[in-house]
Amino acid sequence: MEPPENSQQYLTAAEAGLVGCRACGTVAPRGTRVCPCCQSRLEFSETASLQRVWAWLIAGLIAYIPANIYPMLRTVTFGRASENTLMGGILELLHHGSYGVAFIVFFASIVIPIAKFLAIAFLALSVRKPPTLDTHGRLLLYEVVEFIGRWSMIDVFVVAILTALVQLDFAAAISPGIAAVSFALSVAFTMLAAQSFDPRLMWLAEKRDES
Amino acid sequence: MNLDQIIACPVCDALHHDQDVKKHSTAKCARCGTILAAPKSGAMTRIAMLSLTALILLIAAACFPFLALEAQGFSHRASVLDTVMAFSSGPMAPLSLATGFLIVLLPAARYCALIYTLAPMAIGWRPAPQAARVYTWAERLKPWAMAEIFIIGVAVALVKVSGLARVELGPAFWAFAALLVVTILTDSAICRLTVWKTLKIRSSGQSEI
Repeated sequence: MEPPENSQQYLTAAEAGLVGCRACGTVAPRGTRVCPCCQSRLEFSETASLQRVWAWLIAGLIAYIPANIYPMLRTVTFGRASENTLMGGILELLHHGSYGVAFIVFFASIVIPIAKFLAIAFLALSVRKPPTLDTHGRLLLYEVVEFIGRWSMIDVFVVAILTALVQLDFAAAISPGIAAVSFALSVAFTMLAAQSFDPRLMWLAEKRDES
Repeated sequence: MNLDQIIACPVCDALHHDQDVKKHSTAKCARCGTILAAPKSGAMTRIAMLSLTALILLIAAACFPFLALEAQGFSHRASVLDTVMAFSSGPMAPLSLATGFLIVLLPAARYCALIYTLAPMAIGWRPAPQAARVYTWAERLKPWAMAEIFIIGVAVALVKVSGLARVELGPAFWAFAALLVVTILTDSAICRLTVWKTLKIRSSGQSEI
């Protein structure tokens, strides 16, 4: 598959006075509210899509702040309690010499969330401004963000498993910290932000810029 | 032109003439490269059977013993339910509910929906009532069904604990591990637009393409 040189050669549903369904590909006359095939809502509006993207993205960003400040895990070993934040847990892993695990956790809970915020913001901005990355590149970026977003939930599950598993009375007990909630919310909000982004807007913008 | 004979690419909105695609070949959008059709012989049967397998594994994972920890004379068993209930005390209770949904209930709901829509088509029947609506939900649930992410979380947690204590893996752990494989197989077998096309054709009463 080689990318076409000229996007003008493709007639889109919007230009033909139709509206396409994002779920099943069915086309219906413009103004149809509900897809006749799958009953999904038919909507192709730049403002509505981008507004939702920004709203969820900001919500995700706000939730990510307490996720880093407050403790994620509370460990009690032989009567001594210690609390670990996201970064604290990673530093402790490094301290113990588990570089591999520390790297995975650092990547999953710090690098991926921040990269995701940046990527979604970039995609949303690129619809309005002439983009620096071509549409195929941005589509790939969007697919990666959509695919990888849900995997950040791994941190919350790790906390849940450790809490359920490490309950050895006096020897060691782990309980979850409030950061787990904000981290879970942050991941969910960013997933919703990515889902709200309508990739068709990028192709619409490409055509608009060319003409 | 009849609207039934054209489809719009869900990713870039380009219109395409909806042709019948030969089995085992894929039709891609000429503009953005999104796969528009990928019919395979027996795909419906395969997806329905894989979903059934996944559902059974999920039930097994929820019922059998999951993990046990032993250190310095203390031991503790945890089931999947214990994991879900990890956040249940105090203000974090809603997160317990969310975890339960993400790792057990939503995956189960998604597999039920897939079986409900695809099993009648696999054996050549007309789609079940409301099949379109149910399949829409199966697609919407997909990102939120996180059973396969959970098992990777288990692996990470085990690495963290393994230095401190001895961990015993129960049958539920292996059920989840198998679920990971089955989920990947199911997701790679599903071609959304092909399923929709088949649903459309079958519900309008035409015979096999």
